[in-house]
Amino acid sequence: MADVAIRRRAQRRLDLRYQPGFSTLAILCLVMLYAPIIVLIVFSFNDNRSVSVWTEFSSDWYVAAFRNEEIRAAAWISLKLAGIATVVSTVIATAAALATTRTRAYRGITAAYLVINQPLVVPEIVTAIATLSFFALLRSEAGIYFGFGNLVLAHTVFCILFAYMPIRARLEDMDLTLEQAAADLYATPWQTFRRITLPLLVPGIAAGAMLAFIVSFDDVIITVFVAGPGETTLPIYIYGAIRRGITPEINAISTVVLAVSVLFVTLFYFISRR
Amino acid sequence: MSQSAGISLELADAGRAGATEILAEQEKLLRRRRWLLLSPALVAIGVFGIFPLFIIVIYSFLTPGEYAGVNWTFSTDAYVQFLFERDIFDEATLIFNSDYLEIYLRSFLLAVYSTVAALIFGFPAAYFMATRPPETRNLWVFLFTLPFWTNLLIRTYSMLIIIRDEGIVNMVLLWLGVIDRPLVILYTDFAVALGLLYSYLPFMVLPIYASLEKVDFRLVEAGYDLYASRFRVLRRIIVPLAKPGIVAGCILVFIPALGAFITPMLLGGGKNLMIGNLISLQFGGSRNWPFGSAAALILMAFVMIALMFYVRTTTRERRHLHG
Repeated sequence: MADVAIRRRAQRRLDLRYQPGFSTLAILCLVMLYAPIIVLIVFSFNDNRSVSVWTEFSSDWYVAAFRNEEIRAAAWISLKLAGIATVVSTVIATAAALATTRTRAYRGITAAYLVINQPLVVPEIVTAIATLSFFALLRSEAGIYFGFGNLVLAHTVFCILFAYMPIRARLEDMDLTLEQAAADLYATPWQTFRRITLPLLVPGIAAGAMLAFIVSFDDVIITVFVAGPGETTLPIYIYGAIRRGITPEINAISTVVLAVSVLFVTLFYFISRR
Repeated sequence: MSQSAGISLELADAGRAGATEILAEQEKLLRRRRWLLLSPALVAIGVFGIFPLFIIVIYSFLTPGEYAGVNWTFSTDAYVQFLFERDIFDEATLIFNSDYLEIYLRSFLLAVYSTVAALIFGFPAAYFMATRPPETRNLWVFLFTLPFWTNLLIRTYSMLIIIRDEGIVNMVLLWLGVIDRPLVILYTDFAVALGLLYSYLPFMVLPIYASLEKVDFRLVEAGYDLYASRFRVLRRIIVPLAKPGIVAGCILVFIPALGAFITPMLLGGGKNLMIGNLISLQFGGSRNWPFGSAAALILMAFVMIALMFYVRTTTRERRHLHG
């Protein structure tokens, strides 16, 4: 035992990268990041109304959540909203990525970046109330009201950036030789794009779509302010339920929502590594 | 002979002129296509993301509507209300009121505390990731990124259930005999700071990791050759090289922490308001949209200052690097 400890200490002295305590702090960070989530998931399977005293394994809370009409409706709205916002924002982001990569810097490109990065710079609460004010103004002064479309528009706008980032990264890694070869063989620009660029770009587009779906599916703040009556998404349902009181049913729905995010991030991770 | 040479030169000139014309034509086409491709994104974000910010600038100079929204009469009341309240008996008398200032100060301090805490935990974590063997490095990055992509509300709720009076943290501490009465953590400023740290830690780790990954460890070796201690190597070589990541991480934690809404709402209870809650209250219960807009703009001003600081340090750094 002591021998091992001494040898490890000797090894550390030789290791250029070693800094005392850093690994411990890193592991502590991971524990801090994951422990609460793990507790939440464990107690969603508890056969008890408590979310801190364990009695027995049970999947009753999932059954209860699934039987709940409100939750089913909320899940449907969430999926519909995230689905539409993902498709629209990914198309827009693909076009934007094609226009902002693999070119020399041109006039206006910095301004374009600034506009695209808007969601990173403006705190979400500010975007939320500004969007609410904008739609309220449209409705009262011009009589324009898109209903569910309001929510779709608001989500699409903040999804663009998240779809844009992986597509842009993919484009920057692609070399130009294949496209040049196509052009040399008299392919029209459209043919080159359709037959060469687009197929090569598919993993980037898929990765972008995953991220867009997650950020839309998980959004709370903008949705709370922009959603009209009856437009309750899953996170909004959870938000309301937490304010009414803590139940294992919330843990069960939360676990499902977490699972969706984890699934999509994992897919994103594998797609973007291809 | 000379004549034919002249002709061929002329032809070459003509050809060159044609080529430049064609190139210019292509350049024009390219430019048009570029803006065509960019326009959907710029229009969508411009109309629904940026234009609304100008609307709240206007709203902040109006008076609140009866039920919600605004009345179109000019007034600076929203900004006056930030610092003063009107006397109940005499409308013209203004009494200094620091309630709102205190909310801003508290938010600022909580954002600073959580940024500092995130740096203290995040820097070693990023360093740990950057010094893993290349095969496993991606896995560590994945582990640190995953929480960022999960629902913030759910993560905050999971924090709430473990730090409650009857939560796991207190149960374990009671069982260990460290305390004999549950610690009150929930609904305190500490809980909010902890929640902010928990929410935004990945924002600190990832940019620092990105700059540490590029560190050339031969510099560290040189430092040791010159008899530097581990701490000196850290302070004089590693930290300066990671500085762009540290600055970016601090900004990325500070901005969302300052405008946090969910964390103080769930973990701070009713008493420990932050700017985000103040803004949201004006658009909900209080029905004072102009004041809410003004509060949001004051928050934006702080964000802008933080960003300007960021841009200044990064450009100075770059100038420094290029001589």
